[in-house]
Amino acid sequence: MSIPEIPVLRQGRVYESLQKNEIKSVRTGETVAVVHQANAGLLRRDMRRIGEARRALRALPIARLLAISAQAGDLFMGGTLPLGAGAQSADEYMSQLSETSGLPYALIRRNMAKIHQVFTEMPTILKGLTRGMDLGVVDCGSGEQAGVPVSYYATTDALGVVLPSNSPGVNSLWMPAVVLKIPVVLKPGREEPWTPFRIIQAFIAAGCPPEAFSFYGTDHEGSGAVMDTCGRALIFGDEATVQRYAGNPGVQVHGPGRSKILIGKDEIERWPEFVDLIVASIVDNGGRSCVNASAVVVPAHADEIADAVARKLAAIGPRPAADATAQISGFANPKMAEFIDGAIEKDLAVPGAHDITARYRTGPRKVLLDGCTYLLPTVVRCRSFDHPLANREFLFPYASVVEMPQEKILDTIGPSLVVTAITHDPGFTDQVVGSPHVERLNLGSLPTTRVQWDQPHEGNLFEFLYRRRAIQRAA
Amino acid sequence: MTPQERLDAHVREVVSWHFSEETGSPFWLDWARGAGWNPAKEVQCFEDLKRFPHFQDEWLRDEPNERWVPRAYQGRPYYVFETGGTTGMPKQRIGWNDHFYDYEEFSETLDDEFFPKGGNWLMLGPTGPRRLRLCIEHLAHVRGGVCYHVDLDPRWVKRLIADRDGASANKYKDHVVEQGATLLKNRKISCLFTTPKLLEALDEKLNVPDAGIKGVFCGGTQMTPQNVRFLVEEVLDNRAQFVPTYGNTLMGLACSRPLTSADNWSITYYAPQPRAVLRVVDPDDTDRTVGHGEWGRVELSTLTKEFFMPRFLERDEAVRREPWGRYEWDGVGEVRPFGALSTTTIEGVY
Repeated sequence: MSIPEIPVLRQGRVYESLQKNEIKSVRTGETVAVVHQANAGLLRRDMRRIGEARRALRALPIARLLAISAQAGDLFMGGTLPLGAGAQSADEYMSQLSETSGLPYALIRRNMAKIHQVFTEMPTILKGLTRGMDLGVVDCGSGEQAGVPVSYYATTDALGVVLPSNSPGVNSLWMPAVVLKIPVVLKPGREEPWTPFRIIQAFIAAGCPPEAFSFYGTDHEGSGAVMDTCGRALIFGDEATVQRYAGNPGVQVHGPGRSKILIGKDEIERWPEFVDLIVASIVDNGGRSCVNASAVVVPAHADEIADAVARKLAAIGPRPAADATAQISGFANPKMAEFIDGAIEKDLAVPGAHDITARYRTGPRKVLLDGCTYLLPTVVRCRSFDHPLANREFLFPYASVVEMPQEKILDTIGPSLVVTAITHDPGFTDQVVGSPHVERLNLGSLPTTRVQWDQPHEGNLFEFLYRRRAIQRAA
Repeated sequence: MTPQERLDAHVREVVSWHFSEETGSPFWLDWARGAGWNPAKEVQCFEDLKRFPHFQDEWLRDEPNERWVPRAYQGRPYYVFETGGTTGMPKQRIGWNDHFYDYEEFSETLDDEFFPKGGNWLMLGPTGPRRLRLCIEHLAHVRGGVCYHVDLDPRWVKRLIADRDGASANKYKDHVVEQGATLLKNRKISCLFTTPKLLEALDEKLNVPDAGIKGVFCGGTQMTPQNVRFLVEEVLDNRAQFVPTYGNTLMGLACSRPLTSADNWSITYYAPQPRAVLRVVDPDDTDRTVGHGEWGRVELSTLTKEFFMPRFLERDEAVRREPWGRYEWDGVGEVRPFGALSTTTIEGVY
C-alpha cells in the first residue's frame, strides 16, 4: 500500500503543499504517512475569508447539523473515508494511529467509542453547554429560556485548535463547535493527524459544508497564526502555556489537570474497597488524560494505600498493540519518556518520597517492547504535599499518595481539573463543593475519568463561542 | 577561455593586487608576512585559494577599517557597511564602487516588462548602515526611477524576538509595513524590494499587484519552495514577477534562475562570478566540494580589488546545483540556515 499523504484543508479545499513532514512508526521507524505543511502566511491569508465558512455553516438549521453529527458518528466508527488521494477504513485508522502514537488498539477503540458518543450524544452535550436552552436560538440569534427572552451572538467566525498528540479523545472538545455553527481551524499534533482528519471527513461525508473545516499541518509559526487569527482558540500545553495565555479571554488553555482523589475521615477505614477505583483513575486511557488522577490525598493509611495500588499497577506492563488487554501506551517520542523518567528519578533524590511500585517491578521504569518505549505505571508515596513529586502530572500512569489532616486538604491541594471526593461527611462535602479550585467534582466512588456528557468541564464551549446580549422588543 | 580559466585569471589578478606592496591592504600584507608564503606569486588558480584558512568574520569587527584599505585606494573616502549584529560592535565591510557595480550587473538581468525602465521603487527592507539601502536606490536610478524608503532596524527586531517579545516584534513589523502600504497608495510605484515575511505582511494591508507593483525583488531570509510558491501564486496572484536573490554585505548579490512550477519552486542562486564564488562544501572537510545534488555548507570567496575575502563559511547550507544558462558555474539551491534541522536561528522579519 502506498504511504498516505494527508493534505492541508483550506476551508474544505484540498491543498497539496510542497513542504511535507514524514511521520514514522514508533515501532519500526518506517514512514507511515506524509503530512502536508501549510506556511503561516498561507494560513493567515485564508483566515481573511473565514467569514465565508461561517456563512456556509449558518445556512444550515441546527436540527440538520445534529442529524449530520449523528450520521457522522457512524461513519467515523465504521465508514471508509477519504484520506488524501486514497481512503481509510476504520481498521486502517486504528493501525495507522497506533503506529505513529504508540497507543494500543484497545485504547484507540475506547477513544473511538468516546468520539462516537460525542457525535451521537450531541443533543445532550449541547443541552449541558446551553443549560437546556432551546437550540433554535442558535439558528435565529434570539428566543426564550425559562420564560426569559435571550439573545446570543457568536464571538468569533472560527475556533482555532492547536491539538496535542497524546490522546485522540481530546478532539471531543472542539467537535460541538461545528454543530454550534462555528467553523474550526485545526492544527494537528505532529504524530496524530489521523483523528481530527477522520472526524472532519466523517462530518463532510454526512453532509456538513466542507468550508467549515480547515486543517493545517504546520510549524510553530503556523500554530501562532492559528492562535492569533482565530477570534477564539483552544490550546493544550504545560504550565508555561497556561501562564502565556492567562488573562486572554480569546484563548482557552488546557493545561495540566492535576486531578485528584480525596478520601474523607469518615470513609478512610474502608480504603481497600477504593483501590480498584484509584487504579482505574490512574490508568484509564493509558494515564494520558488530564482527567487521570495524579494524586491521592488521604487523612490516614497512606502507606497501605500506596502499597496496595502499587501492587496492582506493577501488574500492568506493555503489551503488543493488538493485544486486547493492553492498558498503556508507548511513547511516540522516546526522548520524552527518557525526559520524564529522568525528572522522576531526579526528584526522588529529594528526601521525602519513595517509588513504591519499584518494590514490585523487576527492572527499570523505562522499558522497550517491539521497538517502542514505555514507562511503567508508577506510584510515589510523598511525605508532604510540598514534595516536588506530590502534585505532578506526567504523560503515563503516575500518581502520588499523600497523607494530611482532612481539615488541611482543600487549602493545600491547589487547582484540580477533577476531584473525586469519597466522603459522606456533610462538612467535608460542603468544603469540596465550595472550593473554587475544583473544575469537575465527582462525589462518591466514581473514577476521576468518568465523564458525563451533560456536564461540561474546562470551560463552557458555548459560552466561549457565544455571548449573551440584553434584548427587548417593542410590544 | 572556459569559465574556469576566466575565474583562475581573475583570482591571479585579485590576489596579486591584494598582496603587492604597491596596491595591497595592510591587513593582507601583514597576514602574508606572518603566514610565511607569498600569495601574489603562489596563487595561480581558484583551487590555490585552499591554501588560505577560512576567513574569520570577527576580523571585520576587530580590525580598524583603515587596515582593509588597499594602498591603491588610499586617500579615497569609502563607504562603511555593516552586517549582522544585535548588540555590541558590528562587523563592517568597507567599499567604494563594488555595490554599485553588483547592482548595475543585476539590473541587466531584470525583465523590463515587470521592472519597467523609469518605474519607481519602494525599498521595504533594512536601512541604516546597510549596503542594501544604497543599492536599491542605485538600482532604481540606474533603471531611470526613484526609490522610496521606510526605516527598518533589523537588529531591534532580532532583539525583540530573542527576548520572546513577539507582540512588540509584530507591532514593529506592522509599523514598518503600514508605512510601505501608505507609500504604495499615494505614490506611483511599480517595483518593490522586500523580504518574504514583509511581503506577506504587506499583502495583509493591500493587494500588492493591484497597488501597481509589477515586479518584486526579494531577499534577506530563507525561502522554502512552499513559501515561494505561495508568494508567487497567491500574494502576487501570478500577476507580478517574483525575483528571489541571495546576498549579503560580504558577497553582493546572487541571482536566481527563473522560477517555475516544473522545478517545484525550488530556488537556485548563482554568485556574481568571478567577483564572488560560492562553493558547497563538506562541513567536516571543507576542502571537499560536495557532489551535484548534495547538501553542504556554503563557502563564499569575495574577489574584488576593493575586498578580498577567501573561503568564508556562511551560516547557511545548500544543495550544490549544476550550471544553468548564462550562469556557467555551479549554483546553490534550497539555501537554509546551517543546521536548520537541528538548531534555531533567529532570522527576524528580515
